[in-house]
Amino acid sequence: MNLKNIKNNLFKDYLNSTISTMLIIGLFYTAYYLFLYFIVNGIWNGDADTCRASQGFCWSFIRAKFQYILVGLYPDDKLWRPISAFILFIGFISYIKHPKNWSSKNFSYFVITLLLCAFLIRGGFFGLSLVDSEQWGGLLLTIIVAVCGVIVAYPLGVLLALARRSSLPLLKYLSILYIEFIRGIPLISLLFMSAVLLPLFLPEGVEIGKLFRAQVAMIMFFSAYMAEIVRGGLQSISNGQYEGAESLGLNYYQKMRKVILPQALKVVIPPTVNTIIGFFKDTSLLVIIALFDLMYTAKASVTDPKWVGFSLESYLFIAVIYFILCLMMGNYAKYLEKYLKKENL
Amino acid sequence: MKQKNIIQIIILFFVIAALGFVIYNTQQKIAAQNISSGFDFLQDEASFEISESLIEYSSFDTYKKALTVGLLNTLKVSILGNILALLLGILIGISLLSQNILLKKLCQSYVEIMRNTPLLLQLFFWYAIMNSLLPAPQEAISFAGTFFSNRGISIPWFEFSSFSWSYPKFKSFNFEGGYTLSLEFVALLFGLVVYTSAFIAEIVRAGLLSVQKGQWEASKTLGLSAWQSIRFVIFPQALRVAIPPLTSQILNLTKNSSLAVAIAFPDFVSVANTTMNQTGQALEVILLILLVYLTFSLLTAAFMNWYNKKISLVER
Repeated sequence: MNLKNIKNNLFKDYLNSTISTMLIIGLFYTAYYLFLYFIVNGIWNGDADTCRASQGFCWSFIRAKFQYILVGLYPDDKLWRPISAFILFIGFISYIKHPKNWSSKNFSYFVITLLLCAFLIRGGFFGLSLVDSEQWGGLLLTIIVAVCGVIVAYPLGVLLALARRSSLPLLKYLSILYIEFIRGIPLISLLFMSAVLLPLFLPEGVEIGKLFRAQVAMIMFFSAYMAEIVRGGLQSISNGQYEGAESLGLNYYQKMRKVILPQALKVVIPPTVNTIIGFFKDTSLLVIIALFDLMYTAKASVTDPKWVGFSLESYLFIAVIYFILCLMMGNYAKYLEKYLKKENL
Repeated sequence: MKQKNIIQIIILFFVIAALGFVIYNTQQKIAAQNISSGFDFLQDEASFEISESLIEYSSFDTYKKALTVGLLNTLKVSILGNILALLLGILIGISLLSQNILLKKLCQSYVEIMRNTPLLLQLFFWYAIMNSLLPAPQEAISFAGTFFSNRGISIPWFEFSSFSWSYPKFKSFNFEGGYTLSLEFVALLFGLVVYTSAFIAEIVRAGLLSVQKGQWEASKTLGLSAWQSIRFVIFPQALRVAIPPLTSQILNLTKNSSLAVAIAFPDFVSVANTTMNQTGQALEVILLILLVYLTFSLLTAAFMNWYNKKISLVER
């Protein structure tokens, strides 16, 4: 950008010049303040008292609580397991994210990778000792809930969308009832509901864990939203495709599996990723029903008597984590949108 | 045709079996816990305090009254929140298309930050910031008759009973006169508004972009100023594209106001949850929640549909 551009962009007329000047002054002031706050006055080494005496950001709080916020109470000596699971997961994701690597063979490898990750985190057989789900926490738990939620809820959402467009009235209205019911209430009441109602629904003596109940609620919630997205995709497929598949003599299953769904699901990939981002953010609600997710560990770190009162540090830290992960997914959605548009041309 | 009926009968059978299973188990458990079903509990004494209320309420009142208080609080925060979020969202949405690159980039980062962090985290963040930055009521920051302290914001208020303005004054421990917005309410409102405004801004931007370039050029040719062309030519057309997604954002804000429970603002879901824990009437309370939010969504949808029809293109 050269000088002339800057003049045209920022100082075109009086209004623009005023806005620009104010923004430039504001930005410089903010940058200066942030520099003072994070760098100059920031405390890197030292305990809580040094931090309280200073006006700056308490980096040593982050250093002290880093492990707790990320993995919760996962045993120290087994930390290599979630770390290697994470590396495995990220590695495979970065391979499979290119649309040219999408194939049913790679999909089965993906399932195997996920099972391997689950095995690494939970253990319990083949010589790996068991780490119970109550010891999972922090970012680890958030990712587990999000990944499990998406994996179960996505196919469920597809089925619900198919049911909603089914020619069987019973199936159709049941599906509409379910989708509108879930979409009508806030997620938080659904979580309370799962905590209170699910145990009521089960026979005497059958107990299910808190995490599992919450996971069920999240899956119910997400599948309803997913169903509406997939329905949009199904509606965008022209009638000719349905008729063409029928005239080839395909039955309902073949028609959907081979002709309609591959097109419909592809159309709605960008909104799907956006819904997944929303779902990932929504997992933070688990803190309200006292599950040890990322939000909970951040909040709990602040109540530690040794480090009481550093809520700003704690919240900013996890905000950065959420932000980076969501931004990455969002950029991926944009990339896919562009890629798929180019492919269709 | 026959095959379809058989499938439906099988589905019906499974649904009835599942329902029967659930209902049977629920009845067994309810009987074991000695809870009578039905809505009679609404007339019982609530015996819990609610920190803020638009109507007179004490812990001796009934659950019905308590839930009404919660409902009014939800309405208060969602109506105010939606109005403010729309205003801010439209402002930022227009700025997203500004030629001023600095303003544009600033608004883009705002939208990205708001959209990519959870609302709950933002609420905690604002609440913590306000709690730690605002002084005690004794040293409240005063500005134009308004006092900011960690008890909340006290604003001058028009009293209809005495038909005069009432100004907040600090008396020994707390503010008297005026109207005090609690810190929880302010944090919730602020959080909801900044979060939702980012989504609204994106919708407004998309709506404005959907208007053909020719419309801008034509209004310029007619000699309209930038503001006039936005106000009379571009915006009415953009609104048509933006109304359906805006409706869902308004509903989202209303539903998201239930996160109030996390920062101890007594909204409907929060009061309902307390009621559920105290009485054990889980099913009834959840039906009430469903009813309330369903009414909200139907009313909002009805209003927006009416508005949509009003502004939609009349082809002659």
